[in-house]
This record gives sequence, structure tokens and C-alpha cells, in this order.
Amino acid sequence: MSNFDMLYNFISGPLFIVAVIVFIGGSIYKIHQLISLVNQKEKFIWRYMSWKYSIRSILHWIIPFASTNWRKRSFMTIMTFIFHMGLVCMPFFLAAHVILINEAFGVSWWTIPDGTADVITVIVIIACVFFLLRRLILRDVRFITTPSDYALLTIAAAPFITGFLADQQCCYYRFWLILHILSGEIMLMAIPFTRLTHMLYAVFTRAYLGSEFGGVRHARDW
Amino acid sequence: MAEPAKNRIIDEGLDTGKERLTQERIDKVINQVLSGETGARLKAYMDTCVHCGLCSETCPYYLSYGRDPKLSPAGKVRRTMGEILKRKGKVDPDFIRQASEVASTECNVCKRCAMYCPFGVDSAYILLVIRRICHLCGVTPLYIQDTAHSHSVTQNQMWVKEDEWIDTLQWQEEDAREELPDLRIPLDKEGADFMYSVIGPEPKFLAGLLYQAAYIFNVAGCDWTMPSMPGWDNSDMAMFTGDNEIMGRNKKFHYEAAQKLKVKRIVMGECGHAFRSVYDVGNRWLAWANPPVPMVHAIDFYHELLSTGKIKIKEKYKKSVTIHDPCNVIRGRGLHDKLRYVIHELCENVIEMHPNREHNYCCNAGGGVINCGPPFKNKRVMGNKVKAKQCADTGAEILITPCHNCHSGMEDIVLYYKLDMHVKFISDIMYEVMEKPEV
Repeated sequence: MSNFDMLYNFISGPLFIVAVIVFIGGSIYKIHQLISLVNQKEKFIWRYMSWKYSIRSILHWIIPFASTNWRKRSFMTIMTFIFHMGLVCMPFFLAAHVILINEAFGVSWWTIPDGTADVITVIVIIACVFFLLRRLILRDVRFITTPSDYALLTIAAAPFITGFLADQQCCYYRFWLILHILSGEIMLMAIPFTRLTHMLYAVFTRAYLGSEFGGVRHARDW
Repeated sequence: MAEPAKNRIIDEGLDTGKERLTQERIDKVINQVLSGETGARLKAYMDTCVHCGLCSETCPYYLSYGRDPKLSPAGKVRRTMGEILKRKGKVDPDFIRQASEVASTECNVCKRCAMYCPFGVDSAYILLVIRRICHLCGVTPLYIQDTAHSHSVTQNQMWVKEDEWIDTLQWQEEDAREELPDLRIPLDKEGADFMYSVIGPEPKFLAGLLYQAAYIFNVAGCDWTMPSMPGWDNSDMAMFTGDNEIMGRNKKFHYEAAQKLKVKRIVMGECGHAFRSVYDVGNRWLAWANPPVPMVHAIDFYHELLSTGKIKIKEKYKKSVTIHDPCNVIRGRGLHDKLRYVIHELCENVIEMHPNREHNYCCNAGGGVINCGPPFKNKRVMGNKVKAKQCADTGAEILITPCHNCHSGMEDIVLYYKLDMHVKFISDIMYEVMEKPEV
């Protein structure tokens, strides 16, 4: 077995399993921690949580252009939605990923056509560049940017950049492939323990504000 | 992150508070607030914010000061709570002074930004936590601290003594009886339909509003009362200094006055922050899920008077008017449609300002900012150029706003920006255009 095969087997085998366990375990821990905190110190929150207003609020913000701020920033909105949809859909529906899953577990499902996947990848990378430029150029965004924001952007962009380069299969295929798998695993593991945690918490913060605005304030929050 | 010296505002509360502040006290307070008093909300907000800057343009300070990044909602959080967490609570008295100034005089806690955040991060809540920390450190702007002291000693905001309160009501009653001979301001009438509560500044220097309210209620045939004892003042600057204990006491006095009088409900005057305290913050701090006595804002009550025909309009107000939506009763209680019904019933020519309703820009006076007094007045008024433009664009002659803080703040703006406009309460207009009985 070559060195490459050993490395590949390690990062796509044991390390992948570790990453998934850290992601799932970490996510459960973070959500549990948040809910415990509510129970310990802000139990009153439950009294005001409302399914109706939570869902109303989440829908207004999860649908592009359904809130005033999404409409005011149309380019940002388009970029944000494509970026996040790419981030969530590509790991599950990219043909190359589904083939791997099929080889490992014998199950398979619909995949994104390769051409479309390429386009999505490029747009996600463009979106990352756009986010980077915003951080560097816009004074208000630059002022609140911390080094961790660049790190998070790198973590999110890396699987797409490396995946795109590996997919070209022109040069250093193995190098990019290894980096691609590694960066995907780093991102998975980073979600619960960095501000990527907004993937887990956004639904709660949105639901709480939606409930307060709907149930107590009788006002719209979008 | 100290401000340049030339911009430094001298405030005795902040400066003396800072001098007296010890490192031990800061450590103790920050630990008490971060580990003891706050919980899931603060954690979720601070962990979730991705520093995207989508809140910047929602804030009038940010827009009015040439898009100063320090003044965006997230910028203000970064300069205060962000630093505290980054330094793991190890901040010095200078920092606390600065944080207090940011939280108390550069943010109206109007929650417009929360409405524009994709995650619903409530920066106003975070800045109120900062005010709480500063209060416990004893570093609060002098003028607003004085009103909190007044709440603590007299249960009203303006050091109004009990005899002065009663005397003022009787004086207004006497004056109003010249216009309506059988008019009464019934004190301590048990079992009345409603208790009317106002804010301290009304008896202190806006007694005419008591006259107008009494006149309207008498003509409408209301069964009402006002308490002679503490609890008549529904206002609450302690809520804005972070003095939650005094806030709780204020609310108890207010609701208990209504309970002692066995009234069916409370109607409160045209004030926004008082409504927030009575309806949203103070009652919940006391762990009352809902107000223990039903309570409505003046807008709601005027809506009732007009829609049931208890007050009829003789001739609608002729001058062009525009509406400033106060955050605490619009974003805080969704009364925008009722407000429009009332204004359209009273006025012939209503011009909307934009954005309006929940999206309206804050007056910049609310959230206790105007109560921080003269040292911060210029900073406040200059921080609301957007509001001045919003008003000027309507071309209206009269600006109606059913909130005391908005009212005073807008008067400052009208003067400073030389707007050709007068600021009025709803009751000013209603009193003027209503059908008055022949006497």
C-alpha cells in the first residue's frame, strides 16, 4: 500500500467517523447546553415560546426576499442564500459523494448533475470572495470583524476550493483530494465549537424573537 | 478603545463613579451578571452573531454620524460586551465608564436592529445588560441616575411630593371646571372602571395634559379615578439604568395602587417607555406572565372612545399632520393601525413619513437617552439627522407622537434642524377638535 493510500484510507475512514461523531456529539452538547441554560436561568422563556410565531418568523427569514432586510440588500441576499444552500446541499447530493456512500453502505439517492454542481461550486466560491471583500472593504463590517471571522470563512470556503481543484483532475489530484476531505472534516468538527454554531442556534434565536414579537409585542419582526 | 479626548463629554455620574470604582468591584459585578443573572439569551446572541453588519443601517446614530462603524448596533456590542467577553471580564474603570456612555447615550434600546437581524440577535438586550453592569459598578450618567433615585425615594420620577401631586390634580380640576362646571378628577374612587396613570413629568411641568385628559374623560362619561398615593406614576427610568430592583418596586406600586382601588383596568397616558416597563419589562421582572390588572395605552383607549362614539369630532383638524411611531408602543405593542385610525378620525390631512410603523426610526430620545440630560444633548440631537430628514420630507406642519420621550426628543430635533413643524400629543388635537358640551 502506498503512502497515499494509507493517508487516504485514514482520513476517509477513521478520521471521517471521528469528524461525524464530533459534529453530532458536539451539536447535541451545544443544544443541550443552551436548553439547560434556559431551564436553569431563564425559564420564563418557555412561557412565551409559541410554535405559530416561531414558524412565522423562521419562514420570513428562511425564504429569500421575504423580509424587509433581505429586500433591501438584494445582492447580499442572493449570495447568502446560494452560499448556504451550497453548503448544506453539496455534501449530500454531489454525485461523487453519493458514490462513496453507495460503496460504503449500499444506499444511493438523487444527485446533482455534475455540470450544475460545478456551477454551484463556483458560485459558492464567488460568494466567499464577496464575503471576504465585504469584511475588508465595508467600514462597518471591518470594524466588527475579528480574526476568527476570517478563519471561519476559510473553513467554509476550503472544501469548495479544494473540491473544485480536485475535480479538475489536472494537477496534484491526490493532494487536493486529501485536502478536500480534511477540510470537510474540519468544517464538520468546527460547527459546534465556533460561531459556525449559528447553524444550530439560529433556529432558537429566531424562534424566541419571533415569539416575543408575535405573542407579546404584536408586531412583525421581518 | 477610548474616545479621542476632544469628544469626551464630562458627566459627573460617569466620572465620579469611575473614580470610586475598584477592580474588585468590577470583577464581582461582571461575575454576578455574567454567571448569575444572564443565561441562554446572552450566550446564544454572542455565539450566533456572525458579524455580518446587516444591522448597521437600521440605527439612526450610525446613519446620522456619517456611517460611523463604531455606532452600528454590532459595533456598539463589540465595544462593550464583545470586549468584556474577549478580555474574560478583566476590564478597568476606564472601560466601564466608556461602556456606560455607549450603552446609555448611544443606543435607545429601540430594538429596530433586532427586527433586521437574520438571526434575531437583540443588541438592545445586550446593551441593557451592559447598563446593568455599569449600574452595579455605580457608573451611570448623573441625570438619569437622579431620576432613578427619585423613583427609589418617592416612587415617581420627578421628586413630586404627595401633597404636590394632589394639589396639581386639584388645580387642574379647578381650572377645567371653568370650562366644564361639573368636571371632576376623582381621587381614589374605589371600583371605578379604570385608573388613569401618568408619568412624573406631567404634574411636574406638563399639567395641561392632565387638564385635557380630565376634560376628555368627563365628556366621554367615563367612570375613572386617579390614585392619591404613590403608584400614580407609571414611568420607570430605573428600567433604563439597569436598576432592576427599583424597577420591580415601581411596578408593584403601580399595579397595587390599581388593585387597592379595585378598578377594572388601568389606562395610561401617552408615554412609550412607561408602557414598556408596565407591559413588557417590569411586570415580567416581577415574574408576572401578564399584567395583573388589564392595562391599555392611551392609543388603545382613544381608539375605543372614537370608535364607540363616546367622543365625537366637531370638525377635523385642518393642518397637515404626520405621525411618528414610538418604538415602545408600535414595535412594542403593535398599536400602529389603531394609532392611524385615531389620527385619521381627528385629522383631515395625514401625511405618512417613511419608513413607518414597526420600521420607523427611533426619536433618539427614548431608552433613557434624553434623561441622561444636558451633557449628552448635542450628541443625541446630532445623532438623529435621519429623523430630521424623514420629518422634513413629509412637509407636514404638525408632528403627532403619542409618547413623552419622543415628544421631547422631536421638539429638540425640530429646533436644532429648524424644521417648520410643531410637535403635539394626540390629546392636544383631540381636545381641540372634539364636540364640546354647551355650558
